Amino acid sequence: MTQMPPRALPAYDEMFDDRRDIRAHYQDFAQWLSEQPSESMATRRVEADLSFRRVGITFSVAGDEAGTERLIPFDLVPRIIPAGDWRRLDAGLRQRVRALNMFVHDIYHGHEIVRAGRMPAEQVFLNPQYRPEMQDVGVAADTYCHIAGIDVVRAGAGEFYVLEDNLRVPSGVSYMLENRKMSMRLMPDAFARTKVAPVAHYPDLLLDNLRDLAPGSGDDPTVVVLTPGMYNSAYFEHAFLAQQMGVELVEGRDLFVDQNAVYMRTTQGPKRVDVIYRRIDDDFLDPLSFRSDSVLGVPGLLSVYRAGRITLANAIGTGIADDKSTYLYVPDMIRFYLGEEPLLANVPTWRCGRPQELDHVLAHLPELVIKEVHGAGGYGMLVGPAASRAEIEAFRARLRATPWNYIAQPTLALSTVPTYVESGIAPRHVDLRPYVLCGKDITTVPGGLCRVALRAGSLVVNSSQGGGTKDTWVLED
Amino acid sequence: MLSRTADNLFWMCRYMERAENTARMLDVNLEMSLLPQDPETLDQSWRAALVIFELQESFDAAHPAGTPRDVMRFMVREASNRSSIYSCLRAARENARAVRGSLTTEVWETYNATWLELQKHLQSGLPERNPGEFFEWVKFRSHLARGVTIGTMLQDEALYFLRLGMHLERADNTARLLDVKFHERSDPDHATGRGAPARIASAHNEFYRWSAILGSVSGFEIYRKVYRDIITPDRVAELLILRADMPRSLLSSVRAVSSDLERVANVRSSETRRRAGMLQSELEYGRIEDILHAGLHRFLERFLERVNDLGNRIAQDFLVPLSA
Repeated sequence: MTQMPPRALPAYDEMFDDRRDIRAHYQDFAQWLSEQPSESMATRRVEADLSFRRVGITFSVAGDEAGTERLIPFDLVPRIIPAGDWRRLDAGLRQRVRALNMFVHDIYHGHEIVRAGRMPAEQVFLNPQYRPEMQDVGVAADTYCHIAGIDVVRAGAGEFYVLEDNLRVPSGVSYMLENRKMSMRLMPDAFARTKVAPVAHYPDLLLDNLRDLAPGSGDDPTVVVLTPGMYNSAYFEHAFLAQQMGVELVEGRDLFVDQNAVYMRTTQGPKRVDVIYRRIDDDFLDPLSFRSDSVLGVPGLLSVYRAGRITLANAIGTGIADDKSTYLYVPDMIRFYLGEEPLLANVPTWRCGRPQELDHVLAHLPELVIKEVHGAGGYGMLVGPAASRAEIEAFRARLRATPWNYIAQPTLALSTVPTYVESGIAPRHVDLRPYVLCGKDITTVPGGLCRVALRAGSLVVNSSQGGGTKDTWVLED
Repeated sequence: MLSRTADNLFWMCRYMERAENTARMLDVNLEMSLLPQDPETLDQSWRAALVIFELQESFDAAHPAGTPRDVMRFMVREASNRSSIYSCLRAARENARAVRGSLTTEVWETYNATWLELQKHLQSGLPERNPGEFFEWVKFRSHLARGVTIGTMLQDEALYFLRLGMHLERADNTARLLDVKFHERSDPDHATGRGAPARIASAHNEFYRWSAILGSVSGFEIYRKVYRDIITPDRVAELLILRADMPRSLLSSVRAVSSDLERVANVRSSETRRRAGMLQSELEYGRIEDILHAGLHRFLERFLERVNDLGNRIAQDFLVPLSA
């Protein structure tokens, strides 16, 4: 808790500086935009909408009637990141994921970090995300976090903070790819003026990574994508990635275990599977070992996995590292495992489980963001400045009842990017989720999913809460 | 290929084909209803649409005093009717969505856009306002889906399972259409197509009836080209059953099924191939005189049973077994 971001400052505007001058990296785009008649931009927005609907890039929202499909609004004004900023981000992200991966390996082997007194034992072993089944299980190339989505925000005067590490089944990468396709189609001449680093090779990179980590020495490993099915909110992405990689998209019922190996049912009989890129949570993977009521998983999968005869990406048990209470320790992990100083900062965070910190939190509820330790998707959180008195009091009661379930962070003034809204163009808050792939090397693609809160002043960018997306342009030198 | 994927591909095309055939049939009924005729005949020919898909019971339950307008509504937009155009296009799109990764983008977008446009048409009341245009649209979307499939998909298993579904459904639908339209001439003498036209009001009437059947399978011009003669029932039957060069005939559908089966063959499927081959040879070497002599209705009933059997066997051999 050494440093507080200066909250009093107005949000950092990615496009304009304090004197309302256009920042250097936005000049070409701003120039192009100013040359566009406003009707032509309106036409493009309609076209984007129609096209997303036709392609069926939709998601379903928990709680809606099953099968209701919604569009995530796509905003035409890109978030542009200069080459230098991206280089720093890239180095910081790779450093972070390298340490996180070493952490997961350590937790399921020698527990060095606990023995060295750098992390309390209860933080690890009493954590519901800790999977004792994984203790001493070897995984290919000691890689656990094959695909990581690290949520990064910009606050204060423009510093980057890591908000959250997503190491289980991070989603959204299809939007990075589809948004790019869409903006290249709708604004080709804007691209012609700037050098934007390409992102379309992501599925190739992913496939390459997955194949590299197949068990044994099979020279043509079979990779599949495992989806919970077409009613899952991210089904479009599962299908998209499978198709882009040219591999089968399977459901649990398409797979079975026989003689300590995993097979899929095909029209030509059973076919052996080597690598499963699974988009199903640990809990549902194997009804024999985890939730017995799961119909999404594959009975017996865990025993094949423990025998090292199938690769799962991501590995089972990575939840221990992306838990919001573990988040606090990540800077220390970087120091411990890599002997380096973290390149990307954490957002200052209070642990409500500690009495002193809880007192502070309870005294400052209207200013803070409270999150559930195991929550995701923007559910079960409190944004103090935007909450009603009743909501705050309800949270106060919850915090008192189960304090260890929550963390608190200052309300960051997330940076803004100009965005199309009903009344024209106005600044809206954004975040960024770049994707980090971990195979023999750790790599990123220059870009990510940029989410934007479409309601004025809102800081909640989750698509389930009415957020939209933008294309992210990383400039080349 | 995954069995489940093959299953979805197979049904995706079956449903699209069924939607097209339903549209064709309703279109013909509509045309027929414009001819001068007594109300009873009119009513009967509308009910024929229900008979074809064995839907009389569920229709009567939903519409005790069913009018032609109700039949239209039931066959076009009712979700409770699994053979309505609405249900078929929805099922086709749901199946496509489940395997969108195995389809080319164009194929998926065609199915998805068809579903989206359908909702628009139903909302705007197109089927009631201008049914002809609506049926044209359905046929056109099916043509488009077929063309996009052939024009963009890799010629591998996926394509063969698609075609398998399409041809099996077509064989089934053409047989049903023939059966019902022949049946309508309830006089048993006419089952042979040779009896004196005692109860037929006029030769005129007869002409329109048969030309309507031909029209429903886009066969009117083909008939003229092939026979260069007046339209007679036995020739219509021959064209739709035995002509290998008539794209919607039973023979040409079964032939396609047979050849698709050969391409996707696996270790379990030899019995299914044998049965498809038997059915094909009977049609290849069959004569229309023999078929009519033994009774067309019986022949078609037997044919439908065998097509159904093939469908079940394909599910067992390749797809998601019905019992699972």
